[in-house]
Amino acid sequence: MFDVESIRKDFPILQRTVHGKPLVYLDNAATSQKPLAVIDALVEYYERYNANIHRGLHTLAEEATARYEEVREKVRRFINAPDKVSIIFTRNATESINLVAYAWGRTHIRAGDEIVLTVMEHHSNIVPWQVLAKETGAVLRFVDIDDEGRLRDDWRELIGEKTRLVALTQMSNALGTINPVREIANAAHRHGALVLVDGAQSVAHMPVDVQDLDCDFLAFSGHKMLGPTGVGVLYVRRSVLDDMTPFLTGGHMISKVTLEETTWNELPWRFEAGTPNIADVIAFGAAIDYLEGIGMDAVRRHDEALTTYALDVLSQIPNLKLYGPRDPSDRGCAISFNYGELHPHDLGTVLDSYGIAIRAGHHCAQPLMNRLGVPATARASLYVYNRREEIDVLAEGIQEAARFFGDVIDARTRA
Amino acid sequence: MSSTPEPELDELYKDLILDHYRRPRNRRPVAEPKVVGEGFNPLCGDEIAVEVHFNGEVMADVGFEGRGCSLSQASASMMTEAVKGRTVAEARSLIDTFARMMTDPDFQPSDGLGDLEAFTGVAKYPVRVKCATLAWHALLDLLGRRGEAQEEG
Repeated sequence: MFDVESIRKDFPILQRTVHGKPLVYLDNAATSQKPLAVIDALVEYYERYNANIHRGLHTLAEEATARYEEVREKVRRFINAPDKVSIIFTRNATESINLVAYAWGRTHIRAGDEIVLTVMEHHSNIVPWQVLAKETGAVLRFVDIDDEGRLRDDWRELIGEKTRLVALTQMSNALGTINPVREIANAAHRHGALVLVDGAQSVAHMPVDVQDLDCDFLAFSGHKMLGPTGVGVLYVRRSVLDDMTPFLTGGHMISKVTLEETTWNELPWRFEAGTPNIADVIAFGAAIDYLEGIGMDAVRRHDEALTTYALDVLSQIPNLKLYGPRDPSDRGCAISFNYGELHPHDLGTVLDSYGIAIRAGHHCAQPLMNRLGVPATARASLYVYNRREEIDVLAEGIQEAARFFGDVIDARTRA
Repeated sequence: MSSTPEPELDELYKDLILDHYRRPRNRRPVAEPKVVGEGFNPLCGDEIAVEVHFNGEVMADVGFEGRGCSLSQASASMMTEAVKGRTVAEARSLIDTFARMMTDPDFQPSDGLGDLEAFTGVAKYPVRVKCATLAWHALLDLLGRRGEAQEEG
């Protein structure tokens, strides 16, 4: 049974006030808040069994290693990966994508090859490919969007014989759009291309099954799904893993080192050089437990219901322009908007004075902002602990900001 | 929430700032020959271009173009008024003073700042400092370009 009020009790930060007002946290697409179970797991690790993993022969090292590796299994189950060796821990989704660009891209992408992206990608799923294209002479192709921010069908023509990789987000961090990943993956595979899915938003907000999606890579991060910062995940299809050379090299990722040469460690540790983020990976395990306790189907239902309500409330505010799909079943709960000529930074500052945390800016998606013809948007993004009342507070806050800047905006609009 | 906005907001958005946002001064190109400098805020994508028509070392006319939030637009507008008719050395000194006002918590407003003192409230909003200094960065860029052009010439 999904009960927002009881969920809220698990998040200590929701008790605090900002500028004397109750915190209304609507910046979940940037990072989520953390339940007590996650915070406790961090403390417990440092108080009870802090040790380096995979090398000590003592009890603490064995306990820490076991708990760290348990989380790998939890992640495997969470995204329904067939094999635990396919789960690589990184620092964040950005590093996960870079790992693919370096460890797979540099040996598989050649001059004239094409990498297909979409205009709605986060910079972290554009820049690594721009760098790779520059180095190799590969060509980037971009799938466009329609007026509601859905992918246009032109991916059917863009994906072809020259395509080596299709890299796209499953759920846009700026528009909320959910993309037809499985269908696109099928087309890519028919042409022998691989598919990388940026799951930074989707894995936190809906059930994601890598076998169902049939993707070759899935990148996501723990901190957007109730876990601590500093933990990312890269899933790699088992058959692709053997084609990848290590990205970071050094300790822990080796099997045998002489002064002349080195043989690599087993999978997946070959891709986890140096002491990993042990504490945060273990606490990330507690975040997965928490989400599984709610159930990802229930998380998605809650998000969709709250998004439906938010779109309804916000669309009733005059002069407010919403971006992204109108049908809540087509989208996640990152909601971008602009109020008339009011700049999102000014809106964000006024909302903050009422304790409301939103994001204002380009959301690390400048090409998308250019495509929409705006420098920036305001964005409210929701999660499991948000409730309808907070949407009402947001709507009132926007109207307060409109009153505060009212005549100014009118004057500028006329000018 | 129907009450008046928090006093803090009024401290940031002083009437003078809102006035310049409402009716930006010198938002227009200047006559040739001119030097142009650009400022870009990577946080929000806002861009401002500043133009100066020089008469020797004197900035005889100053204009700006671009888009942005109230702070960046008002700051650009007030900056053009503040530096118009000043020498390059005077402008550089004013850029330094303005930057200190944005970042130094112990800053004491000095003579010569005039209307620009309206921006003292920004120091309490670190994320907005980039907004308020955008035009000033553009002016610094402009002075750099002018210096390079003079060396080449």
